[in-house]
Amino acid sequence: MTGIRAHFRRALMRSETLAGYTLLSPALILLIAAMATPLVVLVVLSLWTQQAGMTFDRSPSLFNYDAIFAKSIYAHVLLRSLAISAAVALTTVLLAYPVAYFIAFRIRRQKIVWLILITLPFWTSYLLRVFSWKLILGYNGVINSGLIWLGVIDRPLEFILYNVTAVVITLAHAWAAFAILPIYVSLEKIDRSLVEAAQDLGEAPIMTFLRVTLPLSMPGVVAATLLVFIPTVGDYVTPKLVGGANGIMIGNLIQLSFGRANDWPLGAALAVVSMLAITLVVCLFLGGVGQLKRRLG
Amino acid sequence: MTRGTLKGRFGVLGGYTIAYLIFIYLPVVLLPIFSFNDSIYVAFPFKGLTLRWWQQMVSQHSMLNALVNSIQVAVPVAMLSTTLGILAAKSLTRYHMFGKPVVTGFFMLPLVIPFLILAIALLVVLNFAGVPLSLWTVGLAHIVICLPFAVFVLISRLEGFDRHIEEASLDLGETPWMTFWRVTLPIAFPGLMASLLLTFTISFDEFLLAFFLVGSEPTLPLYIWSQLRFPAKLPAVLALGSAILAVSCLLVATAERLRRQGAMPAGAERAADG
Repeated sequence: MTGIRAHFRRALMRSETLAGYTLLSPALILLIAAMATPLVVLVVLSLWTQQAGMTFDRSPSLFNYDAIFAKSIYAHVLLRSLAISAAVALTTVLLAYPVAYFIAFRIRRQKIVWLILITLPFWTSYLLRVFSWKLILGYNGVINSGLIWLGVIDRPLEFILYNVTAVVITLAHAWAAFAILPIYVSLEKIDRSLVEAAQDLGEAPIMTFLRVTLPLSMPGVVAATLLVFIPTVGDYVTPKLVGGANGIMIGNLIQLSFGRANDWPLGAALAVVSMLAITLVVCLFLGGVGQLKRRLG
Repeated sequence: MTRGTLKGRFGVLGGYTIAYLIFIYLPVVLLPIFSFNDSIYVAFPFKGLTLRWWQQMVSQHSMLNALVNSIQVAVPVAMLSTTLGILAAKSLTRYHMFGKPVVTGFFMLPLVIPFLILAIALLVVLNFAGVPLSLWTVGLAHIVICLPFAVFVLISRLEGFDRHIEEASLDLGETPWMTFWRVTLPIAFPGLMASLLLTFTISFDEFLLAFFLVGSEPTLPLYIWSQLRFPAKLPAVLALGSAILAVSCLLVATAERLRRQGAMPAGAERAADG
Protein backbone atom coordinates (compact mmCIF):
# COMPACT_ATOMS: atom_id res chain seq x y z
CA MET A 1 0.00 0.00 0.00
CA THR A 2 2.69 2.44 1.03
CA GLY A 3 4.65 1.40 -2.05
CA ILE A 4 1.83 2.45 -4.35
CA ARG A 5 1.45 5.71 -2.52
CA ALA A 6 5.14 6.45 -2.67
CA HIS A 7 5.17 5.59 -6.36
CA PHE A 8 2.19 7.87 -6.94
CA ARG A 9 3.90 10.65 -5.00
CA ARG A 10 7.07 10.33 -7.02
CA ALA A 11 5.09 10.42 -10.25
CA LEU A 12 3.28 13.48 -8.97
CA MET A 13 6.53 15.24 -8.14
CA ARG A 14 7.98 14.31 -11.52
CA SER A 15 5.07 15.52 -13.62
CA GLU A 16 5.35 19.27 -13.81
CA THR A 17 1.99 19.54 -15.56
CA LEU A 18 0.23 17.59 -12.84
CA ALA A 19 1.92 19.55 -10.06
CA GLY A 20 1.13 22.83 -11.79
CA TYR A 21 -2.53 21.99 -12.28
CA THR A 22 -2.84 20.78 -8.69
CA LEU A 23 -1.76 24.19 -7.43
CA LEU A 24 -3.91 25.84 -10.05
CA SER A 25 -7.04 23.79 -9.37
CA PRO A 26 -8.76 25.92 -6.67
CA ALA A 27 -8.71 29.04 -8.83
CA LEU A 28 -9.53 27.05 -11.95
CA ILE A 29 -12.53 25.34 -10.33
CA LEU A 30 -13.81 28.69 -9.09
CA LEU A 31 -13.58 30.28 -12.54
CA ILE A 32 -15.25 27.30 -14.20
CA ALA A 33 -18.07 27.28 -11.64
CA ALA A 34 -18.63 31.02 -11.29
CA MET A 35 -17.70 32.34 -14.73
CA ALA A 36 -17.63 29.73 -17.52
CA THR A 37 -20.73 27.79 -16.42
CA PRO A 38 -22.87 30.92 -15.94
CA LEU A 39 -21.89 32.16 -19.40
CA VAL A 40 -22.88 28.83 -20.97
CA VAL A 41 -26.17 28.88 -19.05
CA LEU A 42 -26.75 32.43 -20.32
CA VAL A 43 -26.43 31.19 -23.91
CA VAL A 44 -28.89 28.36 -23.20
CA LEU A 45 -31.32 30.78 -21.57
CA SER A 46 -31.20 33.02 -24.63
CA LEU A 47 -32.69 30.12 -26.63
CA TRP A 48 -35.68 29.80 -24.28
CA THR A 49 -38.80 31.97 -24.27
CA GLN A 50 -40.25 33.99 -21.42
CA GLN A 51 -43.75 33.09 -20.30
CA ALA A 52 -46.08 34.68 -17.78
CA GLY A 53 -44.46 35.12 -14.37
CA MET A 54 -41.05 33.58 -13.88
CA THR A 55 -41.52 30.51 -16.07
CA PHE A 56 -39.76 29.75 -19.33
CA ASP A 57 -40.66 27.76 -22.42
CA ARG A 58 -37.62 25.49 -22.54
CA SER A 59 -37.88 24.33 -26.14
CA PRO A 60 -34.92 25.88 -27.96
CA SER A 61 -35.77 28.54 -30.51
CA LEU A 62 -34.26 31.64 -32.04
CA PHE A 63 -37.34 33.63 -31.01
CA ASN A 64 -35.38 36.24 -29.00
CA TYR A 65 -32.75 36.69 -31.68
CA ASP A 66 -35.53 37.22 -34.25
CA ALA A 67 -37.07 39.80 -31.93
CA ILE A 68 -33.73 41.59 -31.60
CA PHE A 69 -33.11 41.73 -35.34
CA ALA A 70 -36.72 42.65 -36.09
CA LYS A 71 -36.65 45.83 -34.02
CA SER A 72 -34.12 48.39 -35.24
CA ILE A 73 -33.86 49.95 -31.77
CA TYR A 74 -31.63 47.11 -30.54
CA ALA A 75 -29.23 47.22 -33.48
CA HIS A 76 -29.23 51.00 -33.23
CA VAL A 77 -28.37 51.10 -29.52
CA LEU A 78 -25.79 48.30 -29.88
CA LEU A 79 -24.02 50.08 -32.73
CA ARG A 80 -24.11 53.32 -30.79
CA SER A 81 -22.65 51.60 -27.71
CA LEU A 82 -19.83 50.18 -29.81
CA ALA A 83 -19.22 53.59 -31.37
CA ILE A 84 -19.25 55.35 -27.99
CA SER A 85 -16.86 52.79 -26.50
CA ALA A 86 -14.56 53.03 -29.51
CA ALA A 87 -14.55 56.83 -29.13
CA VAL A 88 -13.86 56.45 -25.40
CA ALA A 89 -11.00 53.99 -26.02
CA LEU A 90 -9.47 56.23 -28.68
CA THR A 91 -9.80 59.39 -26.55
CA THR A 92 -8.51 57.71 -23.40
CA VAL A 93 -5.48 56.18 -25.12
CA LEU A 94 -4.61 59.39 -27.06
CA LEU A 95 -4.88 61.50 -23.89
CA ALA A 96 -2.97 58.99 -21.78
CA TYR A 97 -0.07 58.20 -24.12
CA PRO A 98 1.85 61.49 -23.69
CA VAL A 99 1.50 61.21 -19.90
CA ALA A 100 2.82 57.63 -19.87
CA TYR A 101 5.62 58.74 -22.22
CA PHE A 102 6.49 61.66 -19.97
CA ILE A 103 6.77 59.46 -16.87
CA ALA A 104 8.69 56.71 -18.67
CA PHE A 105 11.21 58.90 -20.52
CA ARG A 106 11.39 62.34 -18.90
CA ILE A 107 11.11 61.53 -15.21
CA ARG A 108 14.35 60.08 -13.87
CA ARG A 109 13.69 59.71 -10.16
CA GLN A 110 10.59 59.04 -8.07
CA LYS A 111 8.66 57.56 -10.99
CA ILE A 112 6.55 55.62 -8.52
CA VAL A 113 5.40 58.89 -6.93
CA TRP A 114 4.15 60.09 -10.33
CA LEU A 115 2.36 56.79 -10.91
CA ILE A 116 0.68 57.04 -7.51
CA LEU A 117 -0.27 60.66 -8.25
CA ILE A 118 -1.93 59.51 -11.48
CA THR A 119 -3.80 56.58 -9.93
CA LEU A 120 -4.84 58.23 -6.65
CA PRO A 121 -8.09 59.80 -7.97
CA PHE A 122 -9.28 56.32 -8.90
CA TRP A 123 -9.44 55.36 -5.24
CA THR A 124 -12.60 57.44 -4.84
CA SER A 125 -15.95 55.87 -5.48
CA TYR A 126 -16.63 55.32 -9.19
CA LEU A 127 -20.20 56.50 -8.68
CA LEU A 128 -19.14 59.73 -6.98
CA ARG A 129 -16.58 60.43 -9.71
CA VAL A 130 -19.21 59.99 -12.42
CA PHE A 131 -21.65 62.09 -10.42
CA SER A 132 -19.00 64.76 -10.01
CA TRP A 133 -18.96 65.27 -13.79
CA LYS A 134 -22.56 66.42 -13.46
CA LEU A 135 -21.23 69.16 -11.19
CA ILE A 136 -18.71 70.17 -13.83
CA LEU A 137 -20.85 69.90 -16.96
CA GLY A 138 -24.27 70.67 -15.44
CA TYR A 139 -26.59 73.66 -15.81
CA ASN A 140 -25.04 75.45 -12.80
CA GLY A 141 -21.79 73.55 -13.16
CA VAL A 142 -18.14 74.59 -13.07
CA ILE A 143 -17.94 75.24 -16.82
CA ASN A 144 -21.14 77.26 -17.08
CA SER A 145 -20.45 79.28 -13.91
CA GLY A 146 -16.91 79.93 -15.08
CA LEU A 147 -17.94 81.04 -18.56
CA ILE A 148 -20.65 83.34 -17.16
CA TRP A 149 -18.18 84.79 -14.68
CA LEU A 150 -15.76 85.45 -17.53
CA GLY A 151 -18.56 87.08 -19.51
CA VAL A 152 -18.24 84.69 -22.45
CA ILE A 153 -21.90 83.66 -22.21
CA ASP A 154 -24.84 85.22 -20.36
CA ARG A 155 -26.99 82.11 -20.01
CA PRO A 156 -25.86 78.58 -19.02
CA LEU A 157 -25.20 76.30 -21.96
CA GLU A 158 -27.54 73.31 -21.90
CA PHE A 159 -25.97 71.15 -24.55
CA ILE A 160 -22.91 70.05 -22.56
CA LEU A 161 -24.62 67.58 -20.25
CA TYR A 162 -26.95 64.65 -21.01
CA ASN A 163 -25.48 63.65 -24.35
CA VAL A 164 -22.93 61.37 -25.94
CA THR A 165 -20.03 63.82 -25.49
CA ALA A 166 -20.65 63.92 -21.75
CA VAL A 167 -20.57 60.10 -21.69
CA VAL A 168 -17.27 60.03 -23.62
CA ILE A 169 -15.61 62.65 -21.37
CA THR A 170 -16.80 60.95 -18.18
CA LEU A 171 -15.67 57.48 -19.31
CA ALA A 172 -12.32 58.80 -20.59
CA HIS A 173 -11.80 60.12 -17.08
CA ALA A 174 -13.07 57.04 -15.25
CA TRP A 175 -10.85 54.60 -17.20
CA ALA A 176 -7.70 56.75 -17.42
CA ALA A 177 -5.63 54.50 -15.14
CA PHE A 178 -6.41 51.44 -17.29
CA ALA A 179 -4.85 53.23 -20.26
CA ILE A 180 -1.83 54.87 -18.61
CA LEU A 181 -0.50 51.82 -16.76
CA PRO A 182 -0.21 49.31 -19.67
CA ILE A 183 1.28 51.98 -21.97
CA TYR A 184 3.73 53.02 -19.25
CA VAL A 185 4.83 49.42 -18.69
CA SER A 186 5.49 48.82 -22.40
CA LEU A 187 7.37 52.14 -22.74
CA GLU A 188 9.44 51.37 -19.67
CA LYS A 189 10.49 48.02 -21.17
CA ILE A 190 11.96 49.63 -24.32
CA ASP A 191 15.73 49.25 -24.51
CA ARG A 192 16.99 52.85 -24.36
CA SER A 193 20.03 52.01 -26.49
CA LEU A 194 17.70 51.43 -29.48
CA VAL A 195 16.39 54.99 -29.19
CA GLU A 196 19.93 56.34 -28.81
CA ALA A 197 21.10 54.30 -31.80
CA ALA A 198 18.37 55.77 -34.00
CA GLN A 199 19.36 59.27 -32.98
CA ASP A 200 23.09 58.61 -33.40
CA LEU A 201 22.34 57.40 -36.91
CA GLY A 202 20.84 60.82 -37.67
CA GLU A 203 17.11 60.14 -37.29
CA ALA A 204 15.14 63.24 -36.22
CA PRO A 205 13.49 62.99 -32.77
CA ILE A 206 9.99 62.83 -34.28
CA MET A 207 11.03 60.08 -36.71
CA THR A 208 12.77 58.21 -33.90
CA PHE A 209 9.50 58.28 -32.03
CA LEU A 210 7.43 57.15 -35.02
CA ARG A 211 9.81 54.43 -36.17
CA VAL A 212 11.28 53.12 -32.90
CA THR A 213 9.41 54.12 -29.74
CA LEU A 214 5.82 53.98 -31.01
CA PRO A 215 6.07 50.55 -32.70
CA LEU A 216 7.83 49.09 -29.64
CA SER A 217 5.11 50.43 -27.35
CA MET A 218 2.28 49.01 -29.48
CA PRO A 219 1.61 46.01 -27.17
CA GLY A 220 0.81 48.47 -24.37
CA VAL A 221 -1.36 50.60 -26.65
CA VAL A 222 -3.30 47.54 -27.86
CA ALA A 223 -3.77 46.27 -24.28
CA ALA A 224 -4.92 49.72 -23.12
CA THR A 225 -7.38 50.04 -26.00
CA LEU A 226 -8.96 46.65 -25.26
CA LEU A 227 -8.98 47.17 -21.47
CA VAL A 228 -10.98 50.38 -21.99
CA PHE A 229 -13.11 49.39 -24.98
CA ILE A 230 -14.49 46.04 -23.81
CA PRO A 231 -15.74 46.91 -20.30
CA THR A 232 -17.20 50.27 -21.33
CA VAL A 233 -19.51 48.65 -23.92
CA GLY A 234 -21.45 47.16 -21.03
CA ASP A 235 -21.37 50.22 -18.81
CA TYR A 236 -24.66 51.01 -17.17
CA VAL A 237 -23.94 53.77 -14.64
CA THR A 238 -22.39 56.52 -16.77
CA PRO A 239 -25.04 56.62 -19.52
CA LYS A 240 -27.72 56.56 -16.84
CA LEU A 241 -26.21 59.49 -14.91
CA VAL A 242 -24.85 61.79 -17.62
CA GLY A 243 -26.09 60.33 -20.91
CA GLY A 244 -29.67 61.61 -21.10
CA ALA A 245 -32.15 60.05 -23.54
CA ASN A 246 -29.72 59.90 -26.48
CA GLY A 247 -26.85 58.53 -24.43
CA ILE A 248 -28.35 55.19 -23.37
CA MET A 249 -26.23 52.17 -24.14
CA ILE A 250 -26.85 48.45 -24.64
CA GLY A 251 -26.17 47.85 -20.92
CA ASN A 252 -29.23 49.90 -20.02
CA LEU A 253 -31.41 47.77 -22.34
CA ILE A 254 -30.01 44.51 -20.93
CA GLN A 255 -30.66 45.75 -17.39
CA LEU A 256 -34.20 46.70 -18.41
CA SER A 257 -34.90 43.13 -19.63
CA PHE A 258 -33.78 41.75 -16.28
CA GLY A 259 -35.51 44.50 -14.34
CA ARG A 260 -38.80 46.13 -15.19
CA ALA A 261 -39.42 44.45 -18.57
CA ASN A 262 -38.91 41.04 -16.90
CA ASP A 263 -37.91 39.15 -20.05
CA TRP A 264 -34.78 37.28 -18.99
CA PRO A 265 -34.31 35.22 -22.19
CA LEU A 266 -34.44 38.39 -24.30
CA GLY A 267 -31.89 40.04 -21.98
CA ALA A 268 -29.68 36.94 -22.26
CA ALA A 269 -29.93 37.05 -26.07
CA LEU A 270 -29.02 40.76 -26.02
CA ALA A 271 -25.99 39.94 -23.86
CA VAL A 272 -24.93 37.14 -26.25
CA VAL A 273 -25.33 39.40 -29.31
CA SER A 274 -23.33 42.14 -27.55
CA MET A 275 -20.52 39.73 -26.71
CA LEU A 276 -20.38 38.45 -30.30
CA ALA A 277 -20.32 42.05 -31.58
CA ILE A 278 -17.54 42.97 -29.14
CA THR A 279 -15.54 39.89 -30.17
CA LEU A 280 -15.97 40.79 -33.84
CA VAL A 281 -14.78 44.37 -33.29
CA VAL A 282 -11.81 43.17 -31.22
CA CYS A 283 -10.82 40.66 -33.93
CA LEU A 284 -11.08 43.34 -36.62
CA PHE A 285 -8.97 45.69 -34.47
CA LEU A 286 -6.30 43.06 -33.78
CA GLY A 287 -6.31 42.11 -37.48
CA GLY A 288 -5.85 45.76 -38.42
CA VAL A 289 -2.95 46.14 -35.98
CA GLY A 290 -1.37 42.97 -37.41
CA GLN A 291 -1.68 44.30 -40.95
CA LEU A 292 -0.11 47.60 -39.91
CA LYS A 293 2.76 45.78 -38.25
CA ARG A 294 3.43 43.64 -41.35
CA ARG A 295 3.37 46.69 -43.62
CA LEU A 296 5.80 48.60 -41.41
CA GLY A 297 8.01 45.61 -40.63
CA MET B 1 19.75 72.68 -12.37
CA THR B 2 19.64 75.55 -14.85
CA ARG B 3 16.44 76.86 -16.37
CA GLY B 4 17.42 75.54 -19.75
CA THR B 5 17.60 71.92 -18.68
CA LEU B 6 14.39 72.28 -16.70
CA LYS B 7 12.60 73.47 -19.81
CA GLY B 8 14.27 70.75 -21.85
CA ARG B 9 13.09 68.05 -19.50
CA PHE B 10 9.56 69.28 -18.94
CA GLY B 11 8.69 71.41 -21.95
CA VAL B 12 5.44 70.77 -23.78
CA LEU B 13 5.09 67.23 -22.43
CA GLY B 14 5.44 68.40 -18.83
CA GLY B 15 2.88 71.13 -19.36
CA TYR B 16 0.52 68.61 -20.93
CA THR B 17 0.99 66.19 -18.02
CA ILE B 18 0.11 68.96 -15.55
CA ALA B 19 -3.03 69.78 -17.57
CA TYR B 20 -3.92 66.06 -17.58
CA LEU B 21 -3.48 65.89 -13.80
CA ILE B 22 -5.90 68.81 -13.46
CA PHE B 23 -8.36 66.90 -15.69
CA ILE B 24 -8.22 63.78 -13.52
CA TYR B 25 -8.19 65.63 -10.18
CA LEU B 26 -10.90 68.22 -10.91
CA PRO B 27 -13.92 65.94 -10.32
CA VAL B 28 -12.27 64.39 -7.27
CA VAL B 29 -11.45 67.73 -5.65
CA LEU B 30 -15.07 68.88 -6.01
CA LEU B 31 -16.29 66.17 -3.61
CA PRO B 32 -14.59 67.43 -0.43
CA ILE B 33 -15.33 71.05 -1.41
CA PHE B 34 -19.06 70.39 -1.63
CA SER B 35 -19.06 68.34 1.56
CA PHE B 36 -18.36 71.65 3.37
CA ASN B 37 -20.84 73.69 1.32
CA ASP B 38 -23.66 75.20 3.41
CA SER B 39 -26.46 74.26 1.03
CA ILE B 40 -28.60 71.22 0.51
CA TYR B 41 -28.12 71.48 -3.26
CA VAL B 42 -24.86 70.12 -4.56
CA ALA B 43 -24.44 72.80 -7.23
CA PHE B 44 -22.82 76.15 -7.77
CA PRO B 45 -22.75 78.87 -6.51
CA PHE B 46 -20.94 78.03 -3.27
CA LYS B 47 -22.96 79.12 -0.23
CA GLY B 48 -20.52 79.06 2.70
CA LEU B 49 -18.80 76.67 5.10
CA THR B 50 -20.51 74.15 7.32
CA LEU B 51 -19.68 70.95 9.18
CA ARG B 52 -23.24 69.75 9.33
CA TRP B 53 -22.91 67.19 6.51
CA TRP B 54 -19.97 65.61 8.31
CA GLN B 55 -22.04 65.45 11.50
CA GLN B 56 -24.93 63.98 9.55
CA MET B 57 -22.60 61.37 8.03
CA VAL B 58 -21.49 60.12 11.45
CA SER B 59 -25.07 59.87 12.65
CA GLN B 60 -26.53 58.11 9.60
CA HIS B 61 -26.87 54.49 10.60
CA SER B 62 -27.95 53.15 7.22
CA MET B 63 -24.80 54.59 5.63
CA LEU B 64 -22.48 53.23 8.32
CA ASN B 65 -24.26 49.91 8.02
CA ALA B 66 -23.57 49.89 4.26
CA LEU B 67 -19.93 50.77 4.97
CA VAL B 68 -19.63 47.79 7.33
CA ASN B 69 -21.28 45.52 4.73
CA SER B 70 -18.78 46.63 2.09
CA ILE B 71 -15.82 45.98 4.39
CA GLN B 72 -17.29 42.58 5.34
CA VAL B 73 -17.35 41.65 1.67
CA ALA B 74 -14.07 43.27 0.61
CA VAL B 75 -11.80 41.81 3.33
CA PRO B 76 -12.56 38.11 2.67
CA VAL B 77 -12.64 38.76 -1.09
CA ALA B 78 -9.16 40.32 -0.94
CA MET B 79 -7.80 37.46 1.18
CA LEU B 80 -9.36 34.65 -0.86
CA SER B 81 -8.56 36.07 -4.29
CA THR B 82 -4.98 36.74 -3.21
CA THR B 83 -4.64 33.20 -1.81
CA LEU B 84 -6.03 31.67 -5.02
CA GLY B 85 -3.91 34.16 -6.96
CA ILE B 86 -0.61 33.20 -5.32
CA LEU B 87 -1.24 29.48 -5.93
CA ALA B 88 -2.11 30.17 -9.57
CA ALA B 89 0.79 32.59 -10.10
CA LYS B 90 3.18 30.13 -8.47
CA SER B 91 2.15 27.26 -10.73
CA LEU B 92 2.13 29.46 -13.84
CA THR B 93 5.64 30.79 -13.21
CA ARG B 94 7.24 27.69 -11.64
CA TYR B 95 6.10 24.74 -13.74
CA HIS B 96 6.41 23.92 -17.41
CA MET B 97 2.81 23.00 -17.89
CA PHE B 98 0.93 21.66 -20.85
CA GLY B 99 -1.54 24.26 -22.12
CA LYS B 100 -0.14 27.14 -20.10
CA PRO B 101 -1.02 29.96 -22.56
CA VAL B 102 -4.64 28.77 -22.71
CA VAL B 103 -4.94 28.66 -18.92
CA THR B 104 -3.30 32.09 -18.53
CA GLY B 105 -5.76 33.49 -21.08
CA PHE B 106 -8.64 31.86 -19.20
CA PHE B 107 -7.53 33.57 -15.97
CA MET B 108 -7.48 36.95 -17.68
CA LEU B 109 -10.94 36.43 -19.22
CA PRO B 110 -12.91 38.30 -16.49
CA LEU B 111 -10.99 41.44 -17.53
CA VAL B 112 -12.52 41.40 -20.98
CA ILE B 113 -16.09 40.39 -20.18
CA PRO B 114 -18.30 43.40 -19.44
CA PHE B 115 -19.26 43.23 -15.75
CA LEU B 116 -22.91 43.61 -16.65
CA ILE B 117 -22.87 40.37 -18.66
CA LEU B 118 -21.03 38.51 -15.90
CA ALA B 119 -23.57 39.89 -13.42
CA ILE B 120 -26.64 38.66 -15.28
CA ALA B 121 -25.00 35.30 -16.06
CA LEU B 122 -24.36 34.75 -12.34
CA LEU B 123 -27.84 36.02 -11.48
CA VAL B 124 -29.38 33.45 -13.83
CA VAL B 125 -27.31 30.53 -12.48
CA LEU B 126 -27.90 31.45 -8.83
CA ASN B 127 -31.59 31.80 -9.59
CA PHE B 128 -31.77 28.36 -11.25
CA ALA B 129 -29.76 26.79 -8.43
CA GLY B 130 -32.11 28.33 -5.89
CA VAL B 131 -29.33 30.19 -4.06
CA PRO B 132 -30.77 33.26 -2.29
CA LEU B 133 -29.03 36.55 -3.10
CA SER B 134 -26.95 38.00 -0.27
CA LEU B 135 -23.58 39.55 0.50
CA TRP B 136 -22.15 36.04 -0.09
CA THR B 137 -23.22 36.05 -3.73
CA VAL B 138 -21.71 39.52 -4.16
CA GLY B 139 -18.48 38.22 -2.63
CA LEU B 140 -18.41 35.24 -5.00
CA ALA B 141 -18.74 37.54 -8.04
CA HIS B 142 -16.07 39.85 -6.64
CA ILE B 143 -13.57 37.01 -6.27
CA VAL B 144 -14.07 36.18 -9.96
CA ILE B 145 -13.28 39.74 -11.09
CA CYS B 146 -10.45 40.21 -8.55
CA LEU B 147 -8.66 37.00 -9.52
CA PRO B 148 -7.09 38.28 -12.78
CA PHE B 149 -5.73 41.34 -10.96
CA ALA B 150 -4.26 39.20 -8.17
CA VAL B 151 -2.75 36.71 -10.65
CA PHE B 152 -1.35 39.51 -12.80
CA VAL B 153 0.28 41.34 -9.87
CA LEU B 154 1.70 38.14 -8.36
CA ILE B 155 3.00 36.74 -11.67
CA SER B 156 4.95 39.93 -12.27
CA ARG B 157 6.40 39.59 -8.76
CA LEU B 158 7.29 35.90 -9.07
CA GLU B 159 8.63 36.08 -12.63
CA GLY B 160 12.38 35.82 -12.64
CA PHE B 161 12.22 34.18 -9.22
CA ASP B 162 15.25 31.91 -8.92
CA ARG B 163 13.87 28.41 -8.34
CA HIS B 164 17.29 27.25 -7.17
CA ILE B 165 16.67 29.06 -3.88
CA GLU B 166 13.69 26.78 -3.26
CA GLU B 167 15.60 23.72 -4.40
CA ALA B 168 18.44 24.63 -2.04
CA SER B 169 15.96 24.85 0.82
CA LEU B 170 14.51 21.42 -0.09
CA ASP B 171 17.99 19.90 -0.45
CA LEU B 172 18.88 21.19 2.98
CA GLY B 173 16.03 19.14 4.42
CA GLU B 174 13.24 21.69 4.74
CA THR B 175 9.75 20.30 4.01
CA PRO B 176 7.92 21.68 0.93
CA TRP B 177 5.42 23.42 3.21
CA MET B 178 8.14 25.09 5.31
CA THR B 179 10.01 26.03 2.13
CA PHE B 180 6.91 27.77 0.89
CA TRP B 181 6.43 29.44 4.25
CA ARG B 182 10.03 30.56 4.80
CA VAL B 183 11.38 31.08 1.27
CA THR B 184 8.63 31.66 -1.28
CA LEU B 185 6.30 33.76 0.85
CA PRO B 186 8.86 36.37 2.00
CA ILE B 187 9.98 36.86 -1.61
CA ALA B 188 6.40 37.27 -2.78
CA PHE B 189 5.47 39.55 0.14
CA PRO B 190 5.43 42.94 -1.63
CA GLY B 191 3.34 41.40 -4.41
CA LEU B 192 0.96 39.91 -1.83
CA MET B 193 0.50 43.30 -0.19
CA ALA B 194 -0.11 44.98 -3.56
CA SER B 195 -2.60 42.25 -4.48
CA LEU B 196 -4.48 42.56 -1.17
CA LEU B 197 -4.71 46.32 -1.51
CA LEU B 198 -5.80 46.21 -5.14
CA THR B 199 -8.43 43.49 -4.72
CA PHE B 200 -9.81 45.14 -1.58
CA THR B 201 -10.25 48.40 -3.47
CA ILE B 202 -11.88 46.71 -6.46
CA SER B 203 -14.39 44.87 -4.30
CA PHE B 204 -15.02 47.89 -2.04
CA ASP B 205 -15.88 50.13 -5.00
CA GLU B 206 -17.66 47.63 -7.27
CA PHE B 207 -21.21 48.62 -8.14
CA LEU B 208 -22.60 46.68 -11.08
CA LEU B 209 -22.19 43.10 -9.83
CA ALA B 210 -23.41 44.11 -6.39
CA PHE B 211 -26.40 45.86 -8.00
CA PHE B 212 -27.60 42.58 -9.52
CA LEU B 213 -26.46 40.07 -6.94
CA VAL B 214 -27.13 41.65 -3.56
CA GLY B 215 -30.01 40.66 -1.32
CA SER B 216 -31.52 43.03 1.20
CA GLU B 217 -28.23 44.29 2.69
CA PRO B 218 -26.74 47.09 0.55
CA THR B 219 -23.02 47.63 0.04
CA LEU B 220 -21.68 51.17 0.12
CA PRO B 221 -21.79 51.80 -3.67
CA LEU B 222 -25.41 50.62 -3.70
CA TYR B 223 -26.20 52.96 -0.83
CA ILE B 224 -24.55 55.85 -2.70
CA TRP B 225 -26.51 54.95 -5.84
CA SER B 226 -29.77 55.06 -3.89
CA GLN B 227 -28.83 58.45 -2.41
CA LEU B 228 -28.00 60.05 -5.75
CA ARG B 229 -31.75 60.30 -6.34
CA PHE B 230 -32.44 62.15 -3.09
CA PRO B 231 -30.67 65.54 -3.17
CA ALA B 232 -31.21 66.05 0.56
CA LYS B 233 -29.03 63.07 1.50
CA LEU B 234 -26.30 63.77 -1.04
CA PRO B 235 -24.02 66.20 0.88
CA ALA B 236 -23.54 63.60 3.64
CA VAL B 237 -22.59 61.04 0.96
CA LEU B 238 -19.99 63.49 -0.35
CA ALA B 239 -18.60 63.80 3.19
CA LEU B 240 -18.28 60.02 3.36
CA GLY B 241 -16.66 59.93 -0.10
CA SER B 242 -14.13 62.53 1.04
CA ALA B 243 -13.40 60.58 4.21
CA ILE B 244 -12.82 57.40 2.18
CA LEU B 245 -10.51 59.29 -0.19
CA ALA B 246 -8.51 60.64 2.77
CA VAL B 247 -8.17 57.15 4.27
CA SER B 248 -7.08 55.65 0.93
CA CYS B 249 -4.45 58.39 0.46
CA LEU B 250 -3.10 57.52 3.88
CA LEU B 251 -3.14 53.78 3.08
CA VAL B 252 -1.31 54.29 -0.22
CA ALA B 253 1.30 56.53 1.41
CA THR B 254 1.85 53.95 4.18
CA ALA B 255 2.04 51.06 1.71
CA GLU B 256 4.57 52.98 -0.37
CA ARG B 257 6.69 53.76 2.70
CA LEU B 258 6.59 50.09 3.74
CA ARG B 259 7.52 48.98 0.23
CA ARG B 260 10.52 51.27 0.23
CA GLN B 261 11.68 50.13 3.64
CA GLY B 262 11.27 46.49 2.71
CA ALA B 263 12.75 46.61 -0.77
CA MET B 264 15.57 49.12 -0.47
CA PRO B 265 18.53 46.87 0.40
CA ALA B 266 18.07 44.94 -2.84
CA GLY B 267 19.08 48.01 -4.82
CA ALA B 268 17.15 46.75 -7.80
CA GLU B 269 14.16 48.91 -6.96
CA ARG B 270 16.31 51.97 -6.75
CA ALA B 271 17.71 51.23 -10.17
CA ALA B 272 14.18 50.81 -11.50
CA ASP B 273 13.17 54.17 -10.02
CA GLY B 274 16.13 56.04 -11.35
